[in-house]
Amino acid sequence: MTDERDRLIFEKTHEGRRGYSIPAQDVPSTPVERSVPAELVRREIAGFPEASENNLVRHYTRLSTWNYGVDTGMYPLGSCTMKYNPKVNEAAARLGGFAGLHPLAPECAAQGALRIMHELQELLGEITGLPSVTLQPAAGAHGELTGMMMIRKRLEDRDGRARSLVLIPDSAHGTNPSSAHFCGYEVREIRSGDRGNLSTDALAEAMTEDVAALMLTNPNTLGMFEDEIVKAAAIVHAKGGLVYCDGANMNALVGKARPGDFGVDVMHLNLHKTFSTPHGGGGPGSGPVVAAREMQPHLPAPVVVKAGDRFRLDVDRPKSIGRVKAFHGNFGMLVRAYAYIRALGPDGLRATAENAVLNANYARVRLRERYEVPYDRVNMHEVVLSDHRQNAHGVTTLDIAKRLIDYGFHPPTIYFPLVVHGAIMVEPTESEGVDELDRFVDAMFAIADEAEHDPKLLKRAPVTTRRSRFDEVAAARKPILRWKPGITEA
Amino acid sequence: MTHPYIPNTDEDVRRMLDAIGVGSIDDLFASVPAGVRLRGNLKIPAAMSEPDLMKLLQDLACENADCGRVAVFLGGGVYRHYAPSFIDQMLLRSEFYTAYTPYQPEIAQGTLQAIFEFQTMVCQLTGMDLANASMYDGSTAMTEAALMATRLTHRDRVVVARSVHPQYRQVLATYTRNLGVTIAEVGYAPDGTVDAQALAQAADGGAAVVFQCPNYFGVIEDPRPIVEAAHEAGALAIATVTEPLALALLQPPGALGVDVVAAELQSFGIPPSFGGPYCGVIAASEKCMRQMPGRLVGMAKDTEGRDGFVLTLSTREQHIRREKATSNICTNSGLMALCASMFMAAYGKRGLPALARLNFDKAHHALGTIAAAASASGVRPRLGGPFFNEFVLGGFADAEKVQKGLFEDGFMAGIPLGRDYPELGDAMLFCVTEMNPAGQIDGLASAIAKRAKASSSGARKGQPAGC
Repeated sequence: MTDERDRLIFEKTHEGRRGYSIPAQDVPSTPVERSVPAELVRREIAGFPEASENNLVRHYTRLSTWNYGVDTGMYPLGSCTMKYNPKVNEAAARLGGFAGLHPLAPECAAQGALRIMHELQELLGEITGLPSVTLQPAAGAHGELTGMMMIRKRLEDRDGRARSLVLIPDSAHGTNPSSAHFCGYEVREIRSGDRGNLSTDALAEAMTEDVAALMLTNPNTLGMFEDEIVKAAAIVHAKGGLVYCDGANMNALVGKARPGDFGVDVMHLNLHKTFSTPHGGGGPGSGPVVAAREMQPHLPAPVVVKAGDRFRLDVDRPKSIGRVKAFHGNFGMLVRAYAYIRALGPDGLRATAENAVLNANYARVRLRERYEVPYDRVNMHEVVLSDHRQNAHGVTTLDIAKRLIDYGFHPPTIYFPLVVHGAIMVEPTESEGVDELDRFVDAMFAIADEAEHDPKLLKRAPVTTRRSRFDEVAAARKPILRWKPGITEA
Repeated sequence: MTHPYIPNTDEDVRRMLDAIGVGSIDDLFASVPAGVRLRGNLKIPAAMSEPDLMKLLQDLACENADCGRVAVFLGGGVYRHYAPSFIDQMLLRSEFYTAYTPYQPEIAQGTLQAIFEFQTMVCQLTGMDLANASMYDGSTAMTEAALMATRLTHRDRVVVARSVHPQYRQVLATYTRNLGVTIAEVGYAPDGTVDAQALAQAADGGAAVVFQCPNYFGVIEDPRPIVEAAHEAGALAIATVTEPLALALLQPPGALGVDVVAAELQSFGIPPSFGGPYCGVIAASEKCMRQMPGRLVGMAKDTEGRDGFVLTLSTREQHIRREKATSNICTNSGLMALCASMFMAAYGKRGLPALARLNFDKAHHALGTIAAAASASGVRPRLGGPFFNEFVLGGFADAEKVQKGLFEDGFMAGIPLGRDYPELGDAMLFCVTEMNPAGQIDGLASAIAKRAKASSSGARKGQPAGC
């Protein structure tokens, strides 16, 4: 019997209740039917909820208690950089002059906002060593597509042809080949070398004058710095191609190295990773693109420019790829990232990368006592383990992840990158102190013990949460993607 | 160095370096070639304390027109509606906003149920069978819906009404250029509605016919002839919605045969925030399910047989299908979808139509009031079609100058249409919502009359609004 309070909002509807309040009618009413044909006028919104304000607040408050956020505990999701979301950023984004500003307000009414955007463009340009900046893309994948479109445009402009192929390592995040595809390119995968790094031999063999770009992640998805990056970039550039860098792992490099200095031509940043803006349970994010100077003409329009001491949106950009989104970008997230960078300064950013890398290496040297570390050497901000030793007891990565939940931790990234069987990717971030890392290691050791002595328990995990493992196969076979009356059991 | 966001002290660092077996942090960066290591500091301003930072941000916020004090009559794809106070406080619950994408459903039932409810309400509002968990915004939702249509029909031509938001059409053009998909534009009739005859001709061989309702001019389209023309040609009918509040008053697109709705839900409690973050969504008929971009939340049972929710049909997505995915989208707009969900639930079955009716009343009253006050200056309604809460006034000798003048008078009002529609160089778009009291509307009417008169004497055409 389901607790009524756990039901969907539609099931809690109580006819006649209201949770809204509308300003007084201070103008005469105009019957809709006078101008709109009767067949186009709606009678009612069938199924929409009716609830009082406190019903609604209880409902959503209750839902929130079923969640786990970074504020609840450690979230060592590799490649996601689940760092602390500073609260001053939330206060800043909510200031009336920012939150209430309409994007089509006259430019003289938006100088504060345009200033922040312009300064953020410069800050991101300096941090990455890539001075051509657009703040328009709404997320990392959006930035990838934008960056690839800029590459395509640049090649068309420079050579009169866009080429047809993009080279991508087999360890890449799925958005990379997907974005290349949506840019009209065909993808060729490059096998990683046995050190886990990009093989420059394989790259040299694959690189032709029909390859528009190499898309790579640095540090790569195994948490390793691509130490042959300069050589790799040279191979690509020698045949007229360009280097795209997936900036998801920038947290290892801020203040320590700049992609523009090691041969990258275009990259995106994830403000909701490196620059502390919150994940929101699936967004919103922001994916600015930074690029080499010669890419400036191809940035999406408009770009924020400075003229004297005024700021404006420059739309007159004939070689731009065009718009990738309506309006200027996710300004609310830009404010948060701007506040973060101003709060940290150069010393704070460097300390961020240093602590991120320190924490991940500490995790490696402690965890390797009980878990297989396929590439056991100094890593950057994340480390990849595997379930190899636990397999001997029939325990898999999935079981380990689910049992970690019972110990009060969000699981690390699992089954990615694909190049490691049963991958467990741990990225503590600089937000964790050594004491929290020790607690995490203790939990992982307890699970390793359980794998040996009580593997059946791990198979049932998690056992302390309000729901246990779901039958996802059945869910996909007969998808129920919306509520209808009678859809849930009494 | 210590910082509030970085817990490890020098002591902690030393202990950890010992455990790792290296002498210094720089040893951990040895894999970065010496030649590319940054020498010295980034050339960015030094760290600020939180009080100093907050002061700086407050000053910057004050450099923007305080929309609480200025009277705002702007629409153009972003609308001012009242968000009940509880919504932002729920959005500040950190279990919602600091959570990740719900890949571990056991500890994400809050997010997952909220999205399931969101998907449901979007279906109820649009009359569609299914809706996804959000896209970045309306412009990318529309674009991805059009691309979905090309995959479903195996055709590479998309027909778009010119009365669709200009920026949305620009985004569509940017995406389709690289994919060999061509765009054919169809104009509008004198009343502002889609030119039905031109549409019927252009639709032949198209993957989709894309229109907007209410359209960029605020005019309410009758979807039926558009749907007929599309289906006659074997194309999908796609309705773009930038003002979803209108759907509380109008028959849902799904009930009129529309195949896909691509909407922007910013109206539902999401602050204008100078352009984002917003919340797009795609809602469609059952047949589109396997080609739908974006995340989908579905019901599932756990090992104890209890009902719950999971992300589902992931084989469509990039992390599984990679270059064969239906979209490259990963992070979407989850928290804004929660916001829109709460807004829809709060206003609900009775409140949303009531709010819509008040908008309708305000806008119609405003048009009448302005027409009466400003007709002597040559200002008149420019299009004749039915409208919701936005309308076009014409007869301005210098629309850009009028907009500037209105701002000096304390009104952020009137988008000069000549910027995107040269044939409408004398016209401006105005929006009126429940946030504009009657006194403000009267003030706007007088101001328009005054400024229109002033600009028609010694008018200079086509000056961009620099100020």
